[in-house]
Amino acid sequence: MNIIVCIKRVPMTQEVDLEIDDVGKGVKKEALAYVINDWDNYCIEEAVRLQEAFGGSVTAITIGNEDDEEVLRRALAMGADKAVRVDPGVRELDGFVISRILAKVIGGMDYDLILTGVQADDDNSGVVGIMLAESLGLSHAAVVTGIEPKDATAKVRVELEGGMDEVSQINLPSLLTIQTGINEPRYVSIMGIRKAGKKELTVVPLEDLGLSDEDLTLRTLIEEVYLPPETAGAEMIEGDPASVAAQLVKILKEKGVNL
Amino acid sequence: MGDIYVVAEHRKGEIRDITFEMLFKARELCQTFSGRLTVLLLAGKASGFADELAKRADRVLVFEDDRLETFNSDLYKETVSRVIQEEQPFLTLMGHTSWGMDLAPALSITTGLPLATDCVDIRESGGRPVVIRQIYSGKVFSRVSFKESPGYLITVRSGAFLPPEDAETTPGEIERRDVPADLPEARRTFVQFVETGAGEIDITQADFLVSIGRGVGEEENIAVIRELADKMGATLSCSRPVVDRNWLPKFHQVGTSGKSVRPKIYLALGISGAFQHVAGITGAGTVIAVNKDRKAPIFRVADYGVADDLFKVAEALKQQLP
Repeated sequence: MNIIVCIKRVPMTQEVDLEIDDVGKGVKKEALAYVINDWDNYCIEEAVRLQEAFGGSVTAITIGNEDDEEVLRRALAMGADKAVRVDPGVRELDGFVISRILAKVIGGMDYDLILTGVQADDDNSGVVGIMLAESLGLSHAAVVTGIEPKDATAKVRVELEGGMDEVSQINLPSLLTIQTGINEPRYVSIMGIRKAGKKELTVVPLEDLGLSDEDLTLRTLIEEVYLPPETAGAEMIEGDPASVAAQLVKILKEKGVNL
Repeated sequence: MGDIYVVAEHRKGEIRDITFEMLFKARELCQTFSGRLTVLLLAGKASGFADELAKRADRVLVFEDDRLETFNSDLYKETVSRVIQEEQPFLTLMGHTSWGMDLAPALSITTGLPLATDCVDIRESGGRPVVIRQIYSGKVFSRVSFKESPGYLITVRSGAFLPPEDAETTPGEIERRDVPADLPEARRTFVQFVETGAGEIDITQADFLVSIGRGVGEEENIAVIRELADKMGATLSCSRPVVDRNWLPKFHQVGTSGKSVRPKIYLALGISGAFQHVAGITGAGTVIAVNKDRKAPIFRVADYGVADDLFKVAEALKQQLP
């Protein structure tokens, strides 16, 4: 079973005070640490597990600059066989353009399954995977939490809302967008990443792909980004933990908790 | 300027709330854009649904076929795609749900129309739609416009538009259509629904929930919080990352893919407040949040907040208890 995983490096924004950049269309990224998109980490793990069970190869693809190769090396360390980075230069991308680039790169490859994350932690759009599937004419399922391949099909579990899953049978080749929690991603050591440096990593300049102007035209445009208005919100309880706890106990008792 | 279409979502014989939320917003948008409101209903048995939907739209366009009883990415995409191509609605709204996330991006490719997802507001600017989205897990808002196009696709976040009880309007017409005769063979077939939330405790019945999130850090740390919850007579629940890491079973999970809860007190420890989680606590009485990150979105919905390390606060709380 040959599997392609499409992955992305994103800024880590939890417990960080984000600031809007001078242009007002993005956040200041200089001081941010970057990590693999959480969903994509599960994707790589799932691909490697399927390869371990059924044989075949795993190819990891990202679109980005040299720094973004970090996520490819991580994928290689987890067990992917080869990696491809498409270098877009300074070109602006949206989900549609990304899906077109990926479709062009993947078009000539041999695969049974393409896995992408449900969404990325930065723009939270969740469109690339399914747009890619449609561009390649593949069957697809979104928000997948389980895959059991059997011959030319796979049984997939899709997470719905309200504590309900849907089980479907899907024809391969197929594209599935992977939800967090589908597996437990393996630990990756610095040593492992170093060793994976010997594996094949190809860089493809965007210009070499021969994409049309339409493929490269943004369909959505960010006009402005801004921090949420600090209007309504929690009444903050300040002080050292002991005094905070004392106030919390008081609130809990007022609300009828029998402590 | 243009008509608004809403793709209805239903499951197991019930119209999903997101459908009514979209219709409520779509009605307002019809005034903004001077258009009529059409609901697209794809179903196995449509009659009950169609009457219900007709109370809230100018027209219900019904495609009734056994193959459309549950969502099917191939057949829904093909059917909706043809309607969009034939009737060219100005705006087509879908839910930002698992099914909507499967349908909308595919439609964007088949119809060539631009798509913005997970929108929390839809406005007008220069005759075109402009949407408000949240990025970086809700820490930043983004105003997004579209490339000029004959029509636009938008997926709507659950809970972003809450219709009042009396959102019904004058009844619309119900128009039945045959599914396209050359509908392709589906490459995906529905097998079954599986309930995932059942377990030894029922968090939906608890009056007092102590809920942990990613901030708990490690599985070993959960014992401390469990002890605190026990001491206070509270039930332990959690947010998605805790279940994703297999630290607690799924029946503890609060949120859109877990359970909606209505405790009198909800004490959130180390939960950032992603919208999928917050959507599960809208029925909670008093929400108290403890999180190191003063900018965490949970503080926007909590009644009381503590910007500190959850373990320090938990330890101090334990000491104050008898």
